[in-house]
Amino acid sequence: MSIDQNTAAKVAKLARIKVEDDALPALASEFNTILGFIEQLNEVDVEGVEPMVSVTPLRLKRRQDVVTDGNQQDKVLSNAPDAREGFFAVPKVVE
Amino acid sequence: MSDLNKLGLAEARDALRKGDVTSVDLTNACLSAIEAAGALNAFVHKTPEIALEQAKAADARIATGDAPAMCGLPLGIKDLFCTKGVASQAGSGILEGFKPEYESTVTQNLFDAGAVMLGKLNMDEFAMGSSNETSVYGNAVSPWRRGNDDAQLTPGGSSGGSASAVSADLCLAATGTDTGGSIRQPAAFTGITGIKPTYGRCSRWGVVAFASSLDQAGPMTKSVRDAAIMLETMCSHDPKDSTSVDMAVPNFEAMLTGDIKGKKIGIPREYRMDGMPAEIEKLWGDGADMLRAAGAEIVDISLPHTKYALPAYYVIAPAEASSNLARYDGVRYGHRAQLAQGDGITEMYEKTRAEGFGHEVQRRVMIGTYVLSAGFYDAYYNRARKVRTLIKKDFEDVFAAGIDAILTPATPSAAFGLGEMTDADPVQMYLNDVFTVTVNLAGLPGISVPTGLDAQGLPLGLQLIGRPWDEGDLLNTAFALETAAGFVAKPGKWW
Repeated sequence: MSIDQNTAAKVAKLARIKVEDDALPALASEFNTILGFIEQLNEVDVEGVEPMVSVTPLRLKRRQDVVTDGNQQDKVLSNAPDAREGFFAVPKVVE
Repeated sequence: MSDLNKLGLAEARDALRKGDVTSVDLTNACLSAIEAAGALNAFVHKTPEIALEQAKAADARIATGDAPAMCGLPLGIKDLFCTKGVASQAGSGILEGFKPEYESTVTQNLFDAGAVMLGKLNMDEFAMGSSNETSVYGNAVSPWRRGNDDAQLTPGGSSGGSASAVSADLCLAATGTDTGGSIRQPAAFTGITGIKPTYGRCSRWGVVAFASSLDQAGPMTKSVRDAAIMLETMCSHDPKDSTSVDMAVPNFEAMLTGDIKGKKIGIPREYRMDGMPAEIEKLWGDGADMLRAAGAEIVDISLPHTKYALPAYYVIAPAEASSNLARYDGVRYGHRAQLAQGDGITEMYEKTRAEGFGHEVQRRVMIGTYVLSAGFYDAYYNRARKVRTLIKKDFEDVFAAGIDAILTPATPSAAFGLGEMTDADPVQMYLNDVFTVTVNLAGLPGISVPTGLDAQGLPLGLQLIGRPWDEGDLLNTAFALETAAGFVAKPGKWW
């Protein structure tokens, strides 16, 4: 599997990271180096092996389905780059 | 007492309880050492006011006879831990200005026990790196040098600031985190001790997430005893982290008898890599001899899937990172890019993340995005998770066969120079974690203990890997190794 510039651009888009066109060849080349390394996994016989879901076999704890937190609007917004009138503000989303 | 900053946790604790020193004295000694060590770039956010306030409170507490183990002991805190009201950036530009409104469970546990925070420590961005060269704060520098050569060396990564600070006696101990070796590799590079506990021992709540199924916090200290003391305080069951285990935390220090007679120590043949430096090979053999002399039985073992641990890691960790780091979108906290006329929300995301994330983080997020994308999920991500199952089974098999602990080198070499790996491809840097990453994939406890110096006078460490939830026994074996190795070297002060 080899990644070309178009695939690199597509991955950057999916990851929501702006990559300038002139940086794509180097990025594709790095991807190929890393994926070449990962390809070794194809040597392993994984027939019938379950993919690991949790490294500890413990059952997850359950708790009552109740509200445990809230009324912290100021704290929630305190680190926002742009907060207005009690909301996070973002550029226009809907035309 | 002079040079109070050079004390370890156990010595300082005992001196505090006897009334020979005060926490304010200890804290001032560390603050002075930190002020004089700007060249190491270990502390990136200093909190002297908080430290002195906590120290005074600790002294008052000790005076009333209420002195938990960590009471009054000054620590450095890795920048990955959220600390309430104190900058917590995970070494990243995208979290510039972020001051959490809450405290991580691990730091809260330490503060509840009376510990003192001196400040936040440098690290690789989002803990992605093995040399502390991906930090937005610039490189942390090791206090160690190759003889009289003044070339700057890496303290390792990602907990590079922690390693540098503890090794240079800027603090008594520090917190670290370990996703693929980020406590054990820097500990080995700087001649200190670092333990990553079993996955689930320490709460991950408030620790900025890198790869959630692998991340664990742990202490970085000047001795195995100190690691036992600090780890006990860091561990707890936490309802805020569903993967934290509800299991009693033993008194680890009380388990340090040094008696390892009859213990079976496995030497995994797959860790004898092609091209392993003779010095590392000798260090490893010497370590086995020391444990044998202490009464342990040395057994050759096989962990057949070892070779596939790093490739599996470099699927799983980036996949989880791409998901975890999706939250940095310029909306809720941290950096937001300046937008051009007409830019919409997609441009805001893309520009914010391009400006805020460094190169290595961008690369890993995109690799993770790729291995999770439609059409490749089975070929990469699911296959890696199956290989992870096999790697864990390798360990289960040897432990079921009666092995108590496994001895390996901690790193494939001594510390390298800052900048020396700049031109290497990313995989070369990843090889630093070849001996440590298996432990994260299997969720096991692992400890790095300094046991020797290389020909250039740089520290080298050995790793012991233990059974899950058996940190006490692992620490005791490490204590026996530490006692036998008698490592006392310290870096000469140049900074």
